[in-house]
Amino acid sequence: MRREPPQTIGDYAPLLFPAAMLTIFFVVPFGTMIAVSFFQRQQGGFYTPAFVFDNYGRFLSAFFGGVLGFSLMMAIAVALCCVVLALPFTYMLTRMARSVQVVWLVALLSVLSLSEVIIGFAWSTLFSRTAGITNILVALGLMGEAKALTPSFAAVLTGMVYQAFPYTVLVLFPALVRLDPTLTEAARTLGASPLKAFFTVVVPALRNTIVATLIMVFIFALGSYLLPQLLGRPQHWTLSVLITDQAIYQSNMPFAAAMAVFLVLVTLGLVALTVIAGRKGEAA
Amino acid sequence: MNINSIKRRTLLGAGLAGASMLAMPAVLRAQDKSLKVGVYGGYFKDSFDKNIFPDFTKATGIAIESVAEPTGEAWLVQLEQAARAGQAPADVSMMSQVAMLKGQATELWTPLDMAKIKNASHLLDRFVNKYPDGRVAGVGAVSWYITLVTNTDVYKEAPTSWSAFWDSANADKLGLLALVSNSFLLEVTAKTFMGGTNALDTEEGILKAFEKLAEVKPNVRLWYRDEAQFEQALKSGEIPMGQYYHDVTGLAAADGHPVRSTFPKEGGIQDSGCWALSRASQKAEEAHIFIDYMSQPSIQATLSRKVGTSPTVKRESTDLTDKEFAAVSSDIEPIVPRYDLYQTKSDWLNQKWTELIVG
Repeated sequence: MRREPPQTIGDYAPLLFPAAMLTIFFVVPFGTMIAVSFFQRQQGGFYTPAFVFDNYGRFLSAFFGGVLGFSLMMAIAVALCCVVLALPFTYMLTRMARSVQVVWLVALLSVLSLSEVIIGFAWSTLFSRTAGITNILVALGLMGEAKALTPSFAAVLTGMVYQAFPYTVLVLFPALVRLDPTLTEAARTLGASPLKAFFTVVVPALRNTIVATLIMVFIFALGSYLLPQLLGRPQHWTLSVLITDQAIYQSNMPFAAAMAVFLVLVTLGLVALTVIAGRKGEAA
Repeated sequence: MNINSIKRRTLLGAGLAGASMLAMPAVLRAQDKSLKVGVYGGYFKDSFDKNIFPDFTKATGIAIESVAEPTGEAWLVQLEQAARAGQAPADVSMMSQVAMLKGQATELWTPLDMAKIKNASHLLDRFVNKYPDGRVAGVGAVSWYITLVTNTDVYKEAPTSWSAFWDSANADKLGLLALVSNSFLLEVTAKTFMGGTNALDTEEGILKAFEKLAEVKPNVRLWYRDEAQFEQALKSGEIPMGQYYHDVTGLAAADGHPVRSTFPKEGGIQDSGCWALSRASQKAEEAHIFIDYMSQPSIQATLSRKVGTSPTVKRESTDLTDKEFAAVSSDIEPIVPRYDLYQTKSDWLNQKWTELIVG
């Protein structure tokens, strides 16, 4: 396919539609949010347009710092778990017969059709004392007494990994399909074990894909606000939960907006750091 | 999940209700007279659609388009945003007290002309909301109790006092509401341990109540925003004790679930919903007719029988029997929430509360 830079303004026309959509549905709402984050909160009422820093001031405290730190840590943990699980899984999937691949992919896609609410309630039932999986362990004689596994950090992590796993596989799949099989074959003929070939050939060859996937899952997990409520204790609530609280229940839009802006900035900063670190690594 | 569970104060419906609101065409526009009425979604709305609204249309010729509203404060935000754009997703809405007062602060509610609401004379004074200058902002629709609920399989004996929440024998067994402004646990603490809700007059008093309340934390398994979540866990015995709505618990018990609602000796928490008219509404005339109709003692009695809410009119004016009244209320003096605090100190209380349960 021949590629050449656009010559006339007309050549840019196909870009207009996505650009307009992006402006209307992303730039404008985000701009509104930034504006609202500087508005004056009316306690017990709503808000009035103004330009104050109070909302950001309230956020800068050890308490919210802790919540932000936890949210980031949780999102990183989810991203790592997802990639660690999905990479070998997808690698094996790409080497299976086409018909098997289709079945797996359809099953994974059907998980995407489940809402966060359903996933949350399903896991809270599975982890419950009265109807959960520990009852099976008791029946098998492996456990003395059924117990509740939720609310806990592990329960939240499980729910979020379950939710993000299909995305991870779908992002990794094309890159792994395109991976040249002769690479691993060469490694094997040179005497590497399958495991060694996977870690010394496949993983380094997919470095950029893996980093991109980590970032995508990280951002995806950062927005989760229902699963931490359904499966966790209050100390496992993410910043998104507190933003929802402020926006919906306290009608404190300015503070909610300020927290959201802060979260977006920190996220962008972390992503930028990752990308820069990746470039440096490549240059070295 | 039980479809019958009242979701009227839930979070999960919030987004959905908002979205369907925007998408829904005004079906009844063709009709001469109509009114959009917001009631809490789920069992509550179904009950109104079945038992109340058809009779109203028959009596007045005004068609009702009922709108499922999410929990009071979430609905308030939507109404407020819409009113700023000159829109009214519902003309008349049932609003809980805290949301009602927040709406009053921004003049969201059109003042009602009491001359057009003759039946208001039956109402108990405390269920009429007024602006500081005496204009009427809202008229009592129903009132309800939040009580001490238990699973009867796990607790053979009903607890008698809110102090059961503090009992170390109940470690990791409680389900409590997650917000300071809907759990009213500060009031419960003050009434149970500090001699009454007047103890919350000063910040020192409130901080003392927070301190006492912190002792409950190890006993709490779930801080819920979504009612369905706790209701299921209570029925199954997963979380066998907590605070919940008296009306829904009664309905669940009537369906054969092993749950009971107890009015503790310190009293149940009484909250109420008002009918309020959005300032963006063009249907003031119809709204007054509707509110007048809903304030009739006979309609209030029907609500008590069918929905399990407590009447907002004087009890003598209704034909409820002692037994029927006892099912929806109690002779024990209720804990009345300190609504004033949620206006004057709302952000401070919210901050302290969040730090208490998250920290």
